[in-house]
Amino acid sequence: MIPGAFAYHRPSSVKEAVGLLAQFGDDGRALAGGHSLIPMMKLRLATPANLVDLGGIADLKGIRADGNDIVIGAMTTQHDVIGSQLLGDKIPILREASEQIADPQVRYLGTLGGNVANGDPGNDMPAVMLCLNATYQIAGRAGERRIAAREFYQGAYFTALEAGDVLTAVRIPIPAAGHGSAYEKLKRKVGDYATAAAAVVLTMSGGKVGTCSIGLTNVAETPLWAQEAATILTGSTLDAATVKRAVAAAEAITAPATDARGPAQYRTKMAGVMLSRALARAKSRARG
Amino acid sequence: MAKSHVTMTVNGKTIETLVEPRTLLIHFLRDQQNITGPHIGCETSHCGACTVDLDGKSVKSCTVFAVQANGGDIRTIEGMANADGTLHALQEGFREMHGLQCGFCTPGMIMRAYRLLQENKNPSEEEIRYGISGNLCRCTGYQNIVKAIQFAAAKINGVAFQEAAE
Repeated sequence: MIPGAFAYHRPSSVKEAVGLLAQFGDDGRALAGGHSLIPMMKLRLATPANLVDLGGIADLKGIRADGNDIVIGAMTTQHDVIGSQLLGDKIPILREASEQIADPQVRYLGTLGGNVANGDPGNDMPAVMLCLNATYQIAGRAGERRIAAREFYQGAYFTALEAGDVLTAVRIPIPAAGHGSAYEKLKRKVGDYATAAAAVVLTMSGGKVGTCSIGLTNVAETPLWAQEAATILTGSTLDAATVKRAVAAAEAITAPATDARGPAQYRTKMAGVMLSRALARAKSRARG
Repeated sequence: MAKSHVTMTVNGKTIETLVEPRTLLIHFLRDQQNITGPHIGCETSHCGACTVDLDGKSVKSCTVFAVQANGGDIRTIEGMANADGTLHALQEGFREMHGLQCGFCTPGMIMRAYRLLQENKNPSEEEIRYGISGNLCRCTGYQNIVKAIQFAAAKINGVAFQEAAE
């Protein structure tokens, strides 16, 4: 299991990385934590002639508050996300989801940016980002631009990124104080992708749902934002009948593949189960 | 392809050499440096037998290129025993608690447990099991590995090890 030969580049600035990636086009790939790309290279499913390692760019690391947002550098690892007090206090769903990604060794190197930019429907963070209405900051040949996570995913491994683009940071609006959240993931074993998973962020007011947002992982070619299900739940007390209707609406937008994780129908039902569990747990954590 | 010049510290010793960029860290350690403690179990990032400590992180050296470790500080099982030849508390724990049978996973287990105990001096059983969830053992059923790590934590903390009732 030896990857194909490639030339290694280690730029020290985003500008330099963008220049290299633009120059190489389809012959170049950005290397973040490497825990999706290197396995693909070992299997020769990816054979980039040039590898542009983003690990030497200090600007791509770190977690900071910026007004009503938190900005997380793309090369921030899952391990860093789990250890962040700021995120634990303000956006705890990120820690909960990160703790369910792969295993400890992978989390030391696997990055948030790589997880969201790769476009793999099995990755956990994209659905969380749809749920949180995150924005991706991208540096490209034409300069900096921002794309909403909800507009970013086009198909399995197809995203809004173009040749020469580097995702530099993820910008997340801080959810309302007192909100409740949960990420529920069904997986066969440690390190596996989700059979199905659901992310929920909601606020409660006088026993009723004030706002609600739902993301679903690995039950379609892209992560899903379950807008209709969230609308059904808004204003309800999360009573059984309403939850049942919302779960049905969420299940209706799934289109999972039949694979080793189970038949498509099963995975759709598990998405519903994960959603109802996530709703219950998010509610139990919400104040108001 | 042009080779890359790398310098790194492995078990306290400085290594300076040339590597092909596609050389994985595990192959660099085993085949070029004759450091064969880190094992190749699955070669697919799953089993953790190749785990080494790199700059304060447990990493699967089959999923890191040697060039990425340029400038890094690496510790492998070869660097665990004390200078006088006595065993590290974790090695002692694995021996005393029968934390291995065939021994193939042990170098990775110990290196992972080393970093776990650096970050959490007194982990609960659940924290140990979660902390070593990236390392597979096909012999022991993990029970004695957990005990071995508890033994080492107790020894490092200077308290008596008490085996939990089963």
